[in-house]
Parts: sequence; structure tokens; C-alpha cells
Amino acid sequence: MKITQAIKMAFSAIFSNKMRSFLTMLGIIIGVLSVTLLVGIVQGASDSVSSQIESLGGNKLMVTVSSRKPSYITLADLAELENHDGIARIAPSISGSDTAKAEGNSSDAAIKGVTANSVQVDGITVESGRFIRSSDNEKRLDIAVVGVKIAKDLFGHTDVIGSSFTMLGRSFEIVGVLKEEGTVSMSSDDSTVYIPIETASRLLRQTSVTSFNAAAASVAEMDAARASLENFLAQKVKPAASDSEDKGYTVFNMGDVLSAFNSVMNTMSVLLGGIASISLIVGGIGIMNIMLVSVSERTREIGIRKAVGAQHSDIMIQFLIEAVTISVTGGLIGMLLGAGILQVLSGIMNLDLHLSVSVSALALGFSLAIGVIFGIYPANKAAKLKPIDALRYE
Amino acid sequence: MIELKNIRKTYMLGGETVNAVDGLSLVIDEHEFVAIVGASGSGKSTLMNIIGCLDSADEGEYLLRGQDISSFSSREMAVLRNREIGFVFQQFNLLQKLTALENVELPLIYQGMGLSERKKRAVEAMTRVGLETRMNHRPNQLSGGQQQRVAIARALVTRPALILADEPTGNLDSKSSQEILALLHELHSAGNTILLITHDEHIAAEAGRRVRLVDGRVVSDSKYDREGEPA
Repeated sequence: MKITQAIKMAFSAIFSNKMRSFLTMLGIIIGVLSVTLLVGIVQGASDSVSSQIESLGGNKLMVTVSSRKPSYITLADLAELENHDGIARIAPSISGSDTAKAEGNSSDAAIKGVTANSVQVDGITVESGRFIRSSDNEKRLDIAVVGVKIAKDLFGHTDVIGSSFTMLGRSFEIVGVLKEEGTVSMSSDDSTVYIPIETASRLLRQTSVTSFNAAAASVAEMDAARASLENFLAQKVKPAASDSEDKGYTVFNMGDVLSAFNSVMNTMSVLLGGIASISLIVGGIGIMNIMLVSVSERTREIGIRKAVGAQHSDIMIQFLIEAVTISVTGGLIGMLLGAGILQVLSGIMNLDLHLSVSVSALALGFSLAIGVIFGIYPANKAAKLKPIDALRYE
Repeated sequence: MIELKNIRKTYMLGGETVNAVDGLSLVIDEHEFVAIVGASGSGKSTLMNIIGCLDSADEGEYLLRGQDISSFSSREMAVLRNREIGFVFQQFNLLQKLTALENVELPLIYQGMGLSERKKRAVEAMTRVGLETRMNHRPNQLSGGQQQRVAIARALVTRPALILADEPTGNLDSKSSQEILALLHELHSAGNTILLITHDEHIAAEAGRRVRLVDGRVVSDSKYDREGEPA
């Protein structure tokens, strides 16, 4: 018998009992739908968070000195460090906080003393005016670049270049306003005031830099850059205790966060997908159940087919194709429903949710396998019937 | 064409062994019209299952067109049923979900025959049984006599060596029965070999040769001429 004939027979059997076929399919539809939805949502959420992490800088190394013993890392040391292997730029910062005041208004400001390098290393975007320049540091000028929230709190608008405010007992002239970040980003700069690091060092009375960010020349040179930093820090920083694991400093890379995050999300994805696939297996058992009923209902049909010359394999293929058609059709419907629902959820949750090719292929492959695995027993049962027994069956 | 030697078939029935066919020997030549007649329990159905390759004998030798069937696998038996034997059953045994024409096509589908050739042959067979106007009806839209004619068309369509009719008129009224018997006669005169199995003496009287079974053995085997007189 030709395979096209077997497919035709299977389809006519499925269509002659539409309600039953649909209910049987429903198990697979729900199974595939739950797998695609859960995996799709987890992947979408994970993609969105990873792209945020990536935007913070894939080639960035963050150094924090935590040792309680005094260490002296001067700005000159850091300038020299820029010449080491793999390192492109160093952006040191000195942090503090104070209340900024102007025109009778006040705003709580996070103060960051920085150099011009922060623009490249930390990815700071200035909306209007300019950022801190090297000359500002050389002259220790009292100028500031402010976040949108500070500007609005103090002056009610963001057109504030040339205005002055007081902070740390001094009057600062605003030379630039940062681009608004809103609450979408993980760290908002909207309440930050950037001032020249030399100015901050004096006003905040910090002579040693305790944290700085380094940009590697490229993502490929991350390892070299990290080695240079470790080398430098090992010389400069004394561990808290000689026997301690704690070296007194940490070098931290966004890539590490990203890969840790991704591995957690992958585990989640597999776990949820695994739980959802239990419902697929339940669906498969439903198929087997209905196929067994169908075989006993159609015993006489099988007998007639065998009497006119159907082979064992002909009957086997006919029933197997029936089971596989039910499961794969169910899988397709479940997948399309899943893609549709993800599309709708994308709009509601403001995330880019979509069905990836690999998940679709996996879901279809899985439903095909379910059809074969749970169809083979009933099909074999049908094919094994002896023609005389099947013909005698009432 | 058919040669049975010492065929024996036993069943276990409620702990008792029943010799359904008990050392039966029979030779049927090509172009014969043979009736196998016997009461129920005489073993005629078992014999028909063996001759029809639906079942195999426990002992003895069965030659169909010179081939020894005793050693055939179930796969080879299916090929024989498909190509060498056409069945006509008492209950017609048509598939209710298929049209008359599709029912007739069924054996050809299992031969792997292409669509156009298959349709042509099936239409030919339907025409031969006089149902060319009923081809797209389903079995439940046809009378009993018409259903049996569809079954005969299905038996004919593969041009088998042997047509095996098991009580073909058992479920039919006398008018339809006469039509079916006339059709069998027509096929016989066209050169087909026909084996008719019945418990009804009147039906058996239609055949040129009558083989009487009792308890799985042949008790009489006689030939008659056209007028029904012993030849």
C-alpha cells in the first residue's frame, strides 16, 4: 500500500469522528500550549534583563576596595594603570551625598566625583550642555552636571545651564544636564550630581580612590585587563587579615553577572518546560486510550481489510498515522495558540515575548514522538488481530 | 487448482477437543462451480477459512495453483488473499464509511495500484454486477441484494483464481437470492472458479458439483448436469 493511501485513510477516520478526535487532541493542545507559554515568557523576560545588563557594558570591570586597612590609590596611579595590558580607560569615582539647594528648593543628591572618562566607561549621556572635562579637574572648578530630577526639584524645569546651586557648602555652576533615564533602567542617574573628581576629593575629604571602573580595550581582552587590574590591586591593597580568603578588593564584571543570570534562567526554563511536558505525556496517554477504543470498535473493519489482503504493516501504518496526525495537529494548534497568546502578553507586559524556532521545533518534535510512542501499542494490537477472529467479532 | 490432502484442524472448546476438519481430502479443478454443503458444525466454515487462507490447517497439505500453502508466512497468506481469492460473505462485510466504489477499490489499494488504473478496474467490476448507477452510494443506502453485489464486485476486481462465497444468500430475500445466484452462474460461465458454501440444499442444487460434509469429513461428492440430474 502506498503511504498517501494510508494518510488518506487516517484522515477519513479522524474526520468521521470529529468530536472525539478534537477532545483527544485537546490533551496535546493544552500540553504544547503550556510548554510554549511558560518557556516563551521565561525566555522573553530573561532576554529583556540580559539586554539591560549588556547595555551597562560588556567590557566593563568594576573594582571596589573593601579592605579596612588604609590603602592609597591615587588618581596618578590610576592614570598610569591605563597603560597596562588590555586596559583602555579607567574611570575613578569618589562618591558622597548631600542636599542641593537653590531658589529656596532642595533635592537629595548622590554626588559622584568623576573624570572625563566616565562618559565612555560608564556610558553617561548628556542631554544638553557638556560633561566634566580634564581641564575642570586640573583647575578644581566648582561645576556640576546634574540629573533631570535634581534640575526639576531645584528649578522646576531642565533648562538650567548657567544656573547655580549650593552643595557641600559651595556654589556650583551647572554646565550640563543628563539624559532622563526614568525608572526602566536598573540604576537611575536622574538624582545624581557629577562634579570634577579633584573637587570631590577635597570637599569630601577622600584622598584615596575606593572604587573605579575600567573599560577593557575589547571584550576579547577582558582576561588581560582583569589580570592587569589584579596585579595592580595586589600591590596596592593589603588584605584585611593575612590568612583570610578576602583579598580586600573585588573585581567584578557585568559578563559574570550576565552568565550567572542566564544560567539561572536556563534552569528555570528547563524546569518549567519539564513540568509542563508532564501534561503532554498525559495527553499522549489520552491518545493511546482513544486509539485502543478505536481498535476494538473497528475490529471488524480490520478483519475485512485483512481478508481483502491488507498486510500487518498496512494496518499498523494506518493506525499509527492516525495517532501521529492527532498528536501533531494538536501540537501545531497548541503552538499557534501559544504564539498568539505570547503576542498579546507582549503588549500587556511590555516585554518582547515570542516563540523561538527552537522551542517550536522542540514542541512539534515532542508531539510527534508522543504520537509514535503512544500510538505504537494500539496500532500493533490492531495489526496483530487474526483475520478470522476479527471477522467473527460482533 | 485446489488440492487438499488429509487436512485436519482441531479446536479446544470448553476443555474438549473438537475435530472441525478431520482428515479431509478434496480436489477442485479450474472453472468448476462447487457447492460445499453441510449442517452447522459440519466443519464447512473451518474448511472455507483454510481454503481462503484466513486460517491454516494443523495437519495436511494444501496446494493452491500448485503452491504449498502449509508453509506460508502470514505475509504471504495476505498476498494470496489479495490476489488469488475473492471473498463473498454472508454479512456482506462492506466498510460502512466508504462508498460502494471505494469498497471495490480496497483490494487494489493494498496491491499498491495507482489511482487511475484502480478507478478503471473498480468501475468495470461495478458495471459487471450491474451497479454502475450506484457507485457513490454508501452501503447503508443500498438494499441487501445490492450490497452483496458490491461485495461480489470487490471479489472480482482483482481477477482472482477463486471466488469463495460463504452463505452468500443467507441474509437475503428469495428474489435477491436468485439475482445473486444468477450472477454467480454468469461469472462461472465467464470462466471463474466458484466455491459456494451453504447449509441450504436448494442453493447447493445450483452448483455442478456438490460436496457434502459431515463431522469434518466428505461423505459424498457428486456431479450434476445443467438440469440437476446426476452426471
